[in-house]
Amino acid sequence: MTGAPAFQESTATRRRNDLRARRSWRTVKNQLMLGLMIAALLLVAIPLAAVLWSVIVRGGSTAFKDFPSFFTETIPRISTRPGPGMGPAIVGTLLATTGATLIAVPVGILGAVYLHEYGGTSKFARLVRFMATVMTGVPSIVMGLFIYLIWTLSFGYSAFGGALALACLMLPVMIGSTEQMLRLVPPQLREAAYALGATKSRTVITVVLPAALPGIVSGSLLAIARAAGETAPLLFTVGAATAFNPHLFSEANTALSLQIFSNAVSAFAPAQDRAWGAALTLMMVTFIVTLAARFFTARFALKR
Amino acid sequence: MQLSELRGHKQYADRAFRGLAIAAAGLVLLVLGMIAIRMTLRAWPALGLEFFTSIRWSAPDGRFGALPFIWGTLYTAAIAVMLAVPISLGVALFITQVAPPWLKTPLVYLLDLLAVVPSVVFGLWGVLVLSQHFGLSRSFLTAGVILAVMIIPIITSLAREVIETTPASEKEAALALGATRWEMITASVLPHSKGGITGAVMLGLGRAMGETIAAALVIGSALGQITVNPLAPGNSMPAVIANEWGEADEPHKAALIALAVVLFIITIIVNLIATAIVQRSMKRGRGA
Repeated sequence: MTGAPAFQESTATRRRNDLRARRSWRTVKNQLMLGLMIAALLLVAIPLAAVLWSVIVRGGSTAFKDFPSFFTETIPRISTRPGPGMGPAIVGTLLATTGATLIAVPVGILGAVYLHEYGGTSKFARLVRFMATVMTGVPSIVMGLFIYLIWTLSFGYSAFGGALALACLMLPVMIGSTEQMLRLVPPQLREAAYALGATKSRTVITVVLPAALPGIVSGSLLAIARAAGETAPLLFTVGAATAFNPHLFSEANTALSLQIFSNAVSAFAPAQDRAWGAALTLMMVTFIVTLAARFFTARFALKR
Repeated sequence: MQLSELRGHKQYADRAFRGLAIAAAGLVLLVLGMIAIRMTLRAWPALGLEFFTSIRWSAPDGRFGALPFIWGTLYTAAIAVMLAVPISLGVALFITQVAPPWLKTPLVYLLDLLAVVPSVVFGLWGVLVLSQHFGLSRSFLTAGVILAVMIIPIITSLAREVIETTPASEKEAALALGATRWEMITASVLPHSKGGITGAVMLGLGRAMGETIAAALVIGSALGQITVNPLAPGNSMPAVIANEWGEADEPHKAALIALAVVLFIITIIVNLIATAIVQRSMKRGRGA
C-alpha cells in the first residue's frame, strides 16, 4: 500500500514529461502565429525606416548645404540648375495650412459641440455624425476639384483656395476628434455649472471646452499635420510660382508638397535633389506638429 | 415673470450660440451635397455611355473612355488591401494581445509616424528609390505596394480599437479551458471583432482608391489597356486627373471631372457601408 502513491506520482510526472516532450501541433501553431505577427511588425517597420533613411540622407545633403540658403532662397526656374531654394514653398505651405486651420478648427469645434451638447441622439445629429465619418473618406483630389469649381474658377489661383480645400479635408476629422474629447468631460461639471445658474452656451464655453482643451488641441495638431502634407487638393487651387508670395488671397502660390510632386518626375538630378530637400523639410514640419500633439495627449492623460 | 425678463438677453445669446453650432454641423451636409451637385453638373457632358464602356482615352480626338482607369483603380486598391490586411491584423493582434505594456506605446508611435508621412513623400521614394534601385518598375504592383504601406496604419488603428473591446471574461474563459494564445485569439477575439475588422478593411479600401499622388507617381500612366498583369504599367482615376489636369482644355477637363465624380460615388458607397458596419459593431462591442 505504501508503494501505491509513489507509483501514481511517478506516472503523473512521466505523463507530464511526455506532454512537454511531444510538442503538440497546437503549441507549434501558437509559436508559428507569434512569429508571423512579429514578421508583420517588421514588414511595417522596414518601409518606414527605408523612407526615413532616404529622406534624411538625400534630403539632408541638399537642405543643409550652406545652411540656411535652402530655406530662404527662391526656387530656380530651370530644373537643370543646381543649388538651393525652397523658401517660397515653405511660405506657401504655411499660408495654406494656417488658413485651413483658422477655418476648420473653429467650425469643427462648433459642429462637435452641436453633436455632443445639443444634438445628442436626435435624427439630425445622427445624420451629421454619420455623414462626417463618410466625409473623412472623400478623396482629397475630389475636394481639390470641388474648390476649383466653386472658388478658383471665379477668383483665380491663391493660397486661400488651397486653404479652403484643406479645410474641407480637416473639418470632418476635427468634428470626430473633438466630439470624442467632449465625451470624456464628466457630466457632473456641466451639472455644477447649471446649478450655479449658467446658461447652456456659457457652460459650454467656460466649463466644457476648457476641460476638453488639451484633447482638442492634440486632435487639431494631428489634423494640421495631415493637411500640411497633402498635395492633391493644392494641385488645382494654388497654381504654380517660383518667387515669394506672402499674400493669402491673391496670385498663384506654391507649396512644399507641390514642389516634391513636380520635381519627383524630373529627369535632372538638381531638381530631384530639391525634391528630397523639400521632402525633408515637409517631414520635419509634420513630425514636429505630431510630436506636439503627442505631448498634449500625454498631459491630458496625466490630468485624468 | 421678472426673472424671465431679466434672463431675456441671456437667452438670445444662448439661442445664437445654438444656431451657430447647428450651422457648423450642417456645413458637413452642405459641403457633401454641393460636391455631388456642382461636380455632376460640370461633368454632365462627358458622362455618356462611351465614358463607362470604351477603353479609348485620347484628348486630341475628344474620345474619353474611362473603363481602363476604373479597372485600374479597383485593381490597385485590391492589391493594396490584400497586402495590407494580413500585415495590419498581425500588427494589431501583436499590439493588443502579445506585446508587454512597455512595448505598446512605442509601437503605436511607430504607426502614428507612418500615418503622417505625406503621400507625396511615399511617391517620391517609390519613383526615385524603389523603381530605380530595386528594379520595381512603375506598375500596378508598385502602386499597390505603396498604397498598402499607406493604408496599413489606418486599418491597424481601427482594428486595434475594435479588438480592444473584446471582453476580458471571454478571453479568460478560452485560456482557462487550456487554449493556447493563438486559440484564444481565434476563439474569442476574432469572432468578437469580425464586424469591426471588416469595416476597417473597407475604410482602407476606400482610402486606397482615392489616394492620388503616390499612385500618380508610380503607377506608370498607361493608356488604353485593361490587363490583370500586376507588373504591367497601369493607371487609376485619381492618377489620370493629377497627371493630365495641367494641360487639359475644355472637353478634356469635363472628362477629368467626370472621373472625379465616378471616384466620389465609388468611395462614398464604400465608406457608407464601412461606416455602417463599424458603428454597428462598436455599439455591439460596448453593449456586450
